[in-house]
Amino acid sequence: MGKRVLLIEDEPNIIEAISFILSRDGWSVATHSNGHDAVDVVLDDPPDLLILDVMLPGKSGYDILKELRETNGAASLPVLMLTARGQTKDREMAERAGASRFMTKPFSNAEVLEAVRELVVS
Amino acid sequence: MATLNILVSVCLIYVTFLFAIAFAAERAARQGHGGWLRSPLVYTLSLSIYCTAWTFYGAVGYAARSGLEYLTIYIGPSLVMVGWWWILRKLVRIGRSQRVTSIADLISSRYGKSNLLAVGVTILAVIGTTPYIALQLQSVTLSFSVFSESHVPPTELLDQDSTALWVAMGLALFTILFGTRNLDVNERHHGVVIAIAVEAIVKLFALLAVGAFVVWGVGGGLAETLQRIDASEIGKWEMRGDRWASLIFLSAAAFLCLPRMFQVMVVENDRESHLRTASWAFPAYLMVMSLFVVPIAVVGLDLLPKGSNPDLFVLTLPLATGNEGLAMLSFLGGFSSATSMVIVAALALSTMVSNHIVMPIWLSATGGGAKISGDVRNVVILSRRISIAGVVALGYLYFRLSGGGTALASIGLISFAGVAQFLPVLLGGLFWRGATRIGAFVGLTVGFVVWAYALLLPSFGSGALISEAVMLNGPFGISWLRPQAFFGIEGMDPLVHAIVWSMSLNTLTFFVASLIGFPSPLERLQGAQFVNVYEHSRRPQGWSGSAAQSEDLMIMAQRILGAREAQTLFEREAGRQGVTGFLPEPSPDFLQVLERELSGSVGAATAHAMIGQIVGGASVSVEDLMAVADETAQMMEYSNQLETKSEEQARTARQLRQANEKLTQISVQKDAFLGQVSHELRTPMTSIRAFSEILRDSNKLSAEEKVKYSSIIHDEAIRLTRLLDDLLDLSVLENGQVNLNMQRGMLMDVLDHAVSSALTGSTGKPLIVRRQRSQEMVPLNSDLDRLSQVFINLIGNAQKYCVADAPELAISVGINNGELVIDFIDNGVGISKDDQAVIFEKFARVGSMKAGGAGLGLAICREIMARLEGSVSYLPGQGGAAFRVILPVSQAAAAE
Repeated sequence: MGKRVLLIEDEPNIIEAISFILSRDGWSVATHSNGHDAVDVVLDDPPDLLILDVMLPGKSGYDILKELRETNGAASLPVLMLTARGQTKDREMAERAGASRFMTKPFSNAEVLEAVRELVVS
Repeated sequence: MATLNILVSVCLIYVTFLFAIAFAAERAARQGHGGWLRSPLVYTLSLSIYCTAWTFYGAVGYAARSGLEYLTIYIGPSLVMVGWWWILRKLVRIGRSQRVTSIADLISSRYGKSNLLAVGVTILAVIGTTPYIALQLQSVTLSFSVFSESHVPPTELLDQDSTALWVAMGLALFTILFGTRNLDVNERHHGVVIAIAVEAIVKLFALLAVGAFVVWGVGGGLAETLQRIDASEIGKWEMRGDRWASLIFLSAAAFLCLPRMFQVMVVENDRESHLRTASWAFPAYLMVMSLFVVPIAVVGLDLLPKGSNPDLFVLTLPLATGNEGLAMLSFLGGFSSATSMVIVAALALSTMVSNHIVMPIWLSATGGGAKISGDVRNVVILSRRISIAGVVALGYLYFRLSGGGTALASIGLISFAGVAQFLPVLLGGLFWRGATRIGAFVGLTVGFVVWAYALLLPSFGSGALISEAVMLNGPFGISWLRPQAFFGIEGMDPLVHAIVWSMSLNTLTFFVASLIGFPSPLERLQGAQFVNVYEHSRRPQGWSGSAAQSEDLMIMAQRILGAREAQTLFEREAGRQGVTGFLPEPSPDFLQVLERELSGSVGAATAHAMIGQIVGGASVSVEDLMAVADETAQMMEYSNQLETKSEEQARTARQLRQANEKLTQISVQKDAFLGQVSHELRTPMTSIRAFSEILRDSNKLSAEEKVKYSSIIHDEAIRLTRLLDDLLDLSVLENGQVNLNMQRGMLMDVLDHAVSSALTGSTGKPLIVRRQRSQEMVPLNSDLDRLSQVFINLIGNAQKYCVADAPELAISVGINNGELVIDFIDNGVGISKDDQAVIFEKFARVGSMKAGGAGLGLAICREIMARLEGSVSYLPGQGGAAFRVILPVSQAAAAE
C-alpha cells in the first residue's frame, strides 16, 4: 500500500490522467471534485500529499489551502497546487496561501511524478 | 508827507520790478529756456510766503511780548518739512495726478468731487484767511504810518483806516495784475512763483541787514548784545508747555492747510524731488529768518521809548538811529512779505471761489456745457478778479472791525487755528479710505464753529460781536458753553483752549460721522485713488462717452482752455486713438484726459459737472461703479480665481481619477479575461498533453484504454477549437465588425434547424422540446444563421444544465407591441437571482454547472441580438431557466 494522495480537481479528464499516472507509480489516489466540502474531506482523512486545483466550483483552491493551513491537522501537509492560469500573480497567491509546490497546467507527467515524490519524501 | 510820497514811489518801483521779473520768467518759460525757473531752489524760496509781514514785523513783537515762544511758529513747519516729508510727497503726488487747483479742490475731489464740500471749504478758507490778510494790511499800514509820522507814536495815528483802504486797493490791483494778467487760466503761475522767490530774498536780506545793523551798529557787537539778552526780560520768560505744544502743532497744521501754502507747495510744484531739497533748505531759511529776532527785540526794548509798538522795531530802530536807507530796505522787506502773502493767498482763494462758487452758479445759470456762448475763459478770469477783490475787501473789513488794535501775532494765530481745521479731513482723506464726505462735512463744520465761537468772535474784543455777558456766563446763561471755558474747564489759555476743543471735536466728529455714514461709489473710487496714490499710476475710467458729442466737447474745451490749446489737445488725443481728423472718439480715456485738463482751469468738481452735462449727466458711470467694485472686489476676485483654479484642478483630478479607475477597471477586466482565456485553453491542453504522454510512454495499455484516451484527446481538441471559434466570434461581434447576412425565411424553419443542431450528438438525458408550430409561422427578414446560433445556444444550455428528471424545454412565440417574442423555458431549477446578473458575462459559469462550454455562449447571444437590434434576457419567475429573445417588428413582419 503506497502513500496516499488526495486530488481535488473538477475537470474529469484531468482527474483521470493524474490518477492514472500516480496509480501506475504506486500511489494510492483519492479524488474529490468540488470546493464546497474540500476542507472537510481533507481533514477527515488527511492524505500524505494533497494535489489542489485553484479554479474549483464552490470554493477556490487558495481559500481551501488557507483554511487548511490554519488548522492543526493540515498545517504542514505537503500541497501541490495546480492552476491553469499561468500569471505571475497566481504563483504569488499560491505561495501566500501556503502551497508547497506550484505547477502550471499543462504539465508533463514526469514533472508531476517528480514533484509528488519530492514533496512526500521531504 | 514827502516821505510818504517817496514811499509810494518806492513801492511802485518795487512792484514794477517784480512785475518785470514775472513777465520775463513767463516769457522765458514759453520760449523753452526757463529750466532755471523749475529749480528746487526757486521752489524752496517760494515756500517762504509762509513768512509774511507777521513774521517780518510780528516775530520781533512776539518775542518782545512772549519771549522765545515766537520760535514755535518756525519749529512747526520745520518739523513738517523734515519729519513729514512723506505726507508732503503724497500730497504733491495726488495734486499732480489729479490736477488739483486748491486745497478745496483736493478735499472736494477726495470726497467724491462734491462741490458742496468744495464750497464749504472755500468759505471756511476765506474766513480763516481773512484775519491774515487783515494782518498784512495792518502791518503795511503801520509801516506807512511810521514813515509818514515817525515822530508820533503809531497808535495815535488818525488816518490809519484810509491808509489801509489805499493799501488794500493797491494790493488787490497788484494781485489781479499778477495772478490774472492773461487769459491763461492754467492752475500754475510760473511768473508769480519767481516773483515770490525774489521777494523771499528781499525780505531775508532786509531782515538780516537790520539785524546786523542792530547787533553791530546799535547794540555794540555780538558779545554786548548777548549780555543785553541775558539781562532782558526775554531770557526770564517762562515756557508754558501747553502753549508751546499747541503752537508747534498749530503752525505745523497751518503750514499744510493754509491755502497759499497749498498753492505754492502742491499746486505750483513742478517735481516731487524738489521736496527733498526743500526739506532741508526751507528749515534753514526759517532759521536764518529767526536769527536776529531776539536781538532786535531786546535792543528795541532797551533803546526805544517805553510804549513803542514792538511790532515795528524792525522799522523804528533804523529810523530812530537816523538810518533812513536801512529803514527803507526794512520797509521794502515788510512790504514784500505782505505783498507776496496777499498775492498768493488772494490767488489761491480766488481760484477756489471762482472754481467752486462762481463757476458752478454761472454754469447752472447759463445752462452750461456746450450751450454756453463765448469764451468761458473770460468768465473765469473775471470771476477770479472779482474774487480777488472780494477776498482783499474782506481782509480790509476785518481790519476795520477788529479796530487794528490787536497785536500782529495773535491775529496770525487766529488765522492759523482756522485753517488748521482742514487737517483732520486732509490727513484722513490721504490715509484713511473709510473717511466719507459726510464725515468731512461734520468734522469741518464742528471745528469751524468751535473755532469761530471760541477764538475768532472774541478776537474782535469783548462786546464787539459777542456780548460781555456771553463771555462771562455763556450763551443764555449756559455756563459750560462759555466761549473760553467749555464744559467749565477754566484757566486754560484761550488759544490753547480753542485749539484743543476745536481740533479734538473736529477730529472726533469727523471719525464718528465717517464710520456711521456710507460712502458713495465716486467717493470710494476717489478715496482709493488718494490713499493708494502710489499704486494707481492711472485713474480708472470715469466716463462712458457713448452719448457724448465730440463736437460739443470741443466747443466747451475751446472756451475754457482757449482755441489753440483745445485744438492741440484734441488733435493729440485723436492721433493717439488713431482717428483721422481733429475730433477724437469720446472714449472714456479721452474724457478722462479732458476732464483732467479742464480741472486744471476750473477745478475737479466743476470739470466733472461740465463733462457730465455733455456726456449725459451721469456723474457716476457704470464704469465708475465697476471700478469701485473692481477695487473692493479685487481681493474677492483673486480668491475666487484661486478657488476656481483649485476647483478646476479638482475637476481635472476627478476626471483623471475616473479615467484612471476606468483604465484600471479595464485593465483588471483584461487581466481577468486573459486569465480566463488562459484557463480555458490550458485545461483541455492539460488533458491532451497528459494522455498523449500516457499513450506515448505506456506499453501496457489495453486497446480499450488506448481508445478511451485517444477519444479524450480528440474531444479536448474539439473543445479547444470551439473555444477559439467562440473567442473569435465574440471578438468580431464586440468590435462591431460583423456583417449581417439578411435573409427572408420562416421562424419555424429557423427553430427546426436550431433544435436539431442543438440536440444532435448530445449525451445525457434526452431533452424534450415543446413547440407550438402554429405560432411559429412568422416571416422573418434577418440574419437567419446568427439567429439560429442564438437559438442553438439557448437550447443547448437547456440540454446541458436542466437538471429535471425529464428535462423539457418549452418554446413559445408571440407578438407583443409589434415585437416578436420567443421564450425558451425549461423545467429545471432555474438560475438564482445573483447568477442571473452575471450569466451574460464572458466565462460566467454558474454554480457547479460544468459542461463543455467555455462560458461564452450567452455573451455571444447577447452580442448577436444587439447586432440584430433585438435582445436576449433572462425571464425570472418562470420556475425553470427562462430566456426571452425579442426581435424588432421590422425584421419579423417584413414579409407581410
